[in-house]
Amino acid sequence: MAIAGGRDGWTRALLAAVAMGIGVAALLIATAVPGALDSRQDRIDARRPASSGDIRAPGDAPAAANTLLMTELFDAAFRDQAVYAALVRAVGPDAPLPPGVTRLPQPGEVIVSPALRDLLASKDGDLFAPRLEGARIAGTIGPAGLAGPGELAYYLGTDKLTLDNDQAVTAFGDTNTAEFSPILALLIVVISVVLLLPIAVLIGTAVRFGGERRDRRLAALRLVGADERMTRRVAAGEALATALLSLAAGAVFFLLGRQVVPLFTLWDVSLNAGDLSPSPLLALAVALAVPALAVAVTMVAMRGVVVEPLGVTRRAGTTRRRLWWRLILPLAGLAALYPLFGDIRSSTVDNRYQIAAGAILLLFGAVALLPWVIDLVVRRIRGGAVPWQLAVRRLQQDSATSARMVNGVAVAVAGTIGLQMLFAGVEGDFRTDTGADTSRADIIAQSTNGDGRELPRRLRAVPGVTSVASILQTTAIKADKPELFTLVFVADCAGLAEALVLERCADGDVFVAKPSGNVLGPYYAAAPGDQILLGADKQLAWTVPAHLREVPGRSDPGGFNRGTGLFITPGAVDTSRFGPLEGWVSLRTDPADPDAIERVRNAAAAVDQRTFVYRLSRVDEANRFVNVRRGLYIGALVTLLLVGASLLVGLLEHLRERRRLLAILVAMGTRRGTLLWSVVWQTVVPVVLGLALAVGFGLTLGAVLLRLVTVPIAVNWAVVGLSVALAAAVMTVVTLLSLPPLWRLTRPDGLRAE
Amino acid sequence: MSIGQTFLGLLESSPRHGYDLKRAYDERFGRTRPLPYGQVYATLSRLLKSGLVEVDSVEPGEGPERKRYAITEAGVTDVDRWLSHAEKPEPYLQSVLYTKVVLALLTDRPAADLLDTQTAEHLRLMRELTRRKDGGDLAEQLICDHALFHLEADLRWLELTAARLDELAREVRSHG
Amino acid sequence: MAKLLVADGLRKAFGQTPALDGASISVGAGEIVAVMGPSGSGKSTLLHCLAGITQPDAGKVRYEGRKLTEMTDRERSALRRGKFGFVFQFGQLVPELTCLENVALPLRMDRVRRREAERRATEWLERLEVTDVAGKRPGEVSGGQGQRVAVARALVANPRVIFADEPTGALDSLNGERVMRLLTQSARESHAAVVLVTHEARVASYSDREVVVRDGRVRDLTGASRG
Repeated sequence: MAIAGGRDGWTRALLAAVAMGIGVAALLIATAVPGALDSRQDRIDARRPASSGDIRAPGDAPAAANTLLMTELFDAAFRDQAVYAALVRAVGPDAPLPPGVTRLPQPGEVIVSPALRDLLASKDGDLFAPRLEGARIAGTIGPAGLAGPGELAYYLGTDKLTLDNDQAVTAFGDTNTAEFSPILALLIVVISVVLLLPIAVLIGTAVRFGGERRDRRLAALRLVGADERMTRRVAAGEALATALLSLAAGAVFFLLGRQVVPLFTLWDVSLNAGDLSPSPLLALAVALAVPALAVAVTMVAMRGVVVEPLGVTRRAGTTRRRLWWRLILPLAGLAALYPLFGDIRSSTVDNRYQIAAGAILLLFGAVALLPWVIDLVVRRIRGGAVPWQLAVRRLQQDSATSARMVNGVAVAVAGTIGLQMLFAGVEGDFRTDTGADTSRADIIAQSTNGDGRELPRRLRAVPGVTSVASILQTTAIKADKPELFTLVFVADCAGLAEALVLERCADGDVFVAKPSGNVLGPYYAAAPGDQILLGADKQLAWTVPAHLREVPGRSDPGGFNRGTGLFITPGAVDTSRFGPLEGWVSLRTDPADPDAIERVRNAAAAVDQRTFVYRLSRVDEANRFVNVRRGLYIGALVTLLLVGASLLVGLLEHLRERRRLLAILVAMGTRRGTLLWSVVWQTVVPVVLGLALAVGFGLTLGAVLLRLVTVPIAVNWAVVGLSVALAAAVMTVVTLLSLPPLWRLTRPDGLRAE
Repeated sequence: MSIGQTFLGLLESSPRHGYDLKRAYDERFGRTRPLPYGQVYATLSRLLKSGLVEVDSVEPGEGPERKRYAITEAGVTDVDRWLSHAEKPEPYLQSVLYTKVVLALLTDRPAADLLDTQTAEHLRLMRELTRRKDGGDLAEQLICDHALFHLEADLRWLELTAARLDELAREVRSHG
Repeated sequence: MAKLLVADGLRKAFGQTPALDGASISVGAGEIVAVMGPSGSGKSTLLHCLAGITQPDAGKVRYEGRKLTEMTDRERSALRRGKFGFVFQFGQLVPELTCLENVALPLRMDRVRRREAERRATEWLERLEVTDVAGKRPGEVSGGQGQRVAVARALVANPRVIFADEPTGALDSLNGERVMRLLTQSARESHAAVVLVTHEARVASYSDREVVVRDGRVRDLTGASRG
């Protein structure tokens, strides 16, 4: 009975099912993402060495056959993508295997992830291959050993690892997962609300697709003897059937979408299709909520019409919209959030649901108020040109339909603004100023192992590197007081200038820097005449010369102030006897050559695999925070696009319903421009009002959220402008997309389709 | 239409002279074709003979027209019976038009033209009636409408026949 | 009578189905011509071609000597707006506008000021005996009233030709007669020609002349078929 409405009924049901299906798929993805990220985190944890950080101390029991020496290179990266890189050496035959690896690479062999294998095979392979020291690819890492299918990862076999220097691993798997902070949890809750609410609104809107035609069909049913209750039951049945169809469509979309997921890598996160599986409980909730919502929305819509045997009368229009109940929702939202003011940071109770409920109620306030606002404004409008008159009259007649079209956008924009304010407010919690000065250098390379003398020489030869400053570092102890030690830096004048404020400097000079405050710990500042002992074994005696000058220190390009230390130019001492020196190199590269850093990494790896190479940036943002914010941006955009798509469907349906009228108006000689403009106005007016309301609610939400974290309320108008502009852009695109069909519908021969 | 019963009906409202009777009749029912005097008196004498009317009074003057006629009890009963009985719908089974069409087909004359000519004539008459209706009072309009609906029915038949002329031709010839 | 609108040898096919197959017709200034014919005979297509709504595949349509068939879409649109009026069977009134605004619409589209347009619209509502519905929306008035409003709208801009496609098709005969009487009467008073498409002889009888469309051609019943 439900679907038996002929071809038209099917079209309507399908249209609604597809639109709702998109929403269902979005909900399923939303329920699946936390799980997917969890399983990703599980895999990352699983490949961490158990009890990491165990470096054997001299005198420990000898390495057993079950030991694997391993060093993870945490700075490894290729372009903007992080690389999971580890150097391994099996001590014995029973060395543990990392997950996803079937056999350990021998020295000269490497096990790579499929994505890295593809990279190496591509034309960009030469930018990465040198880091593997020409090792033979001896196998690939299975999905179990990768964070995601797109991850670049390798285990490089090497005999350079030693029991004394490197981590000895006997098992894999570590559960030391970072917890979300209360503020991050708040952010995630609010983000979920902001992203999912428009989708709920979208589903609610989609349920009503083709409502007018449905009503007419119900009228026909009444003609053959159905009473009002029966028509209600039929309508509910239809809504239910459509909702079930939409669940099926949503599941299909979800499964299809899931297959596409492995093709993308966002911010180092790539997921396997299988990772993305909704938690059964949440999926069940979606499966129950969507039909319930569909039936409820239909019943509410039916309340507004009287279906009689010979037609449908609309009850709405005659009743003035009342304000008071529309205000209940946002006020209830505020009431839910008020007790939490200033309480979040220190909060130990789980108040996520309270926050979610408050935010949802507040945002739904915008939905509830919109028709009232449209009514209020449009009722007063008189006159104007013909397109304006047509649009305004249409809105006066039925503000609810237009409001429904804009609801999703309004909720999305309000939520985004509120969230952005919260983000701006708590940004300080997550951003730290690195103190880096990117005008002086853009890459830092640091040797951490072995001798660093070679590093600056090699890096200077790398194409794309325009300037190099380097400082070598070692330690010395005071000969007469061995418990005191000082850092000793060796560099030419250019190199020293990166760490010291030098007025003049010549080869042979020696400087000392002292921090302004108290000297902490065993550090001491050398004075002329002091005898200090240098070298790996602290056997080389050297007397601090009399021409030692004290100069102030300064931060190097990486933002690091070396503080107390002895700074020596090579002419003052024969450094060749100092033993291994740690090297620090700051580099400037050609900005037009973005791959220069890859060549720097290659060259650094050739010196030593464990050389740290990193790009300087002014601020360092906690990674998770960055991810969350990026996720929000993408989510907001996707939501807006979804809402835009539903808006387009709604608009097209409206046009389809008015096909005959449009054709007649064109036959009468109405300029097409007149009709186009009337459609444009008809969209623009609710959009403008909706956005105005959205800005108001967004600012309110933002202010409330900032009160939750006791941050002074500040409005970032640029963000407000951006959100509004984005929404306006989506609406513009939708309107533009509706114009070609309108153009087709307004061809004069449209009259034939009677 | 039965003139006798119409007279009786007119006389029932009030006794009239023959001349008045004719005038009343013409005014209401006989617009296109005034009733000839001869028929008026012939009818009245028939009604007298059957006892449905009687001579109410004879006014001084010359000629039969000075007689005033009134309806009798039997006459009233007759009017009653006439008005309360449904008229037998006339099935124009032996229509002249049909005959013409068949004959045209049999003799290989253009039957379609015949139908067109007839249609045009019907339409012309309908136009005329519509125009008369436009200027007339309600009675006039109803009379014209009656004719218009009949003509319209004829036209439908003409249209239908035109549409099925080929079929009819085959049938007529196979019987011939 | 000077010929206002002349069509010659119109052909139009929709897909494989020919709707017009060499149809010719002429309409004099102020003449009321009924176009009759069974459904599917191409009556409406003929009207659409005559009014410049549809372009025929072949043949010419001239209005006051100007070839409609060679005009641009914009020119034909302007012509329809300025010189033609239209009455359709139903669904032609904009549901959101009041009846008065609907009648004023053609004037407003020709950039007549709102006050003036509504004054003239009110006059036409009076002539068509529907003053009482001026402030109502089309959904609130009866079919007969709606059609009279539509007739008022068709006539308000003082057109030279009214195209009426089954204007009484959705009405009972009494309301139909009233609409036809007012339509033809008003058209005669404004010296507008009427092209009246109908399948009902009684409606057609309000015309000066009938033609019949049969098999995509126009037949003048008074003699040989034309075109």
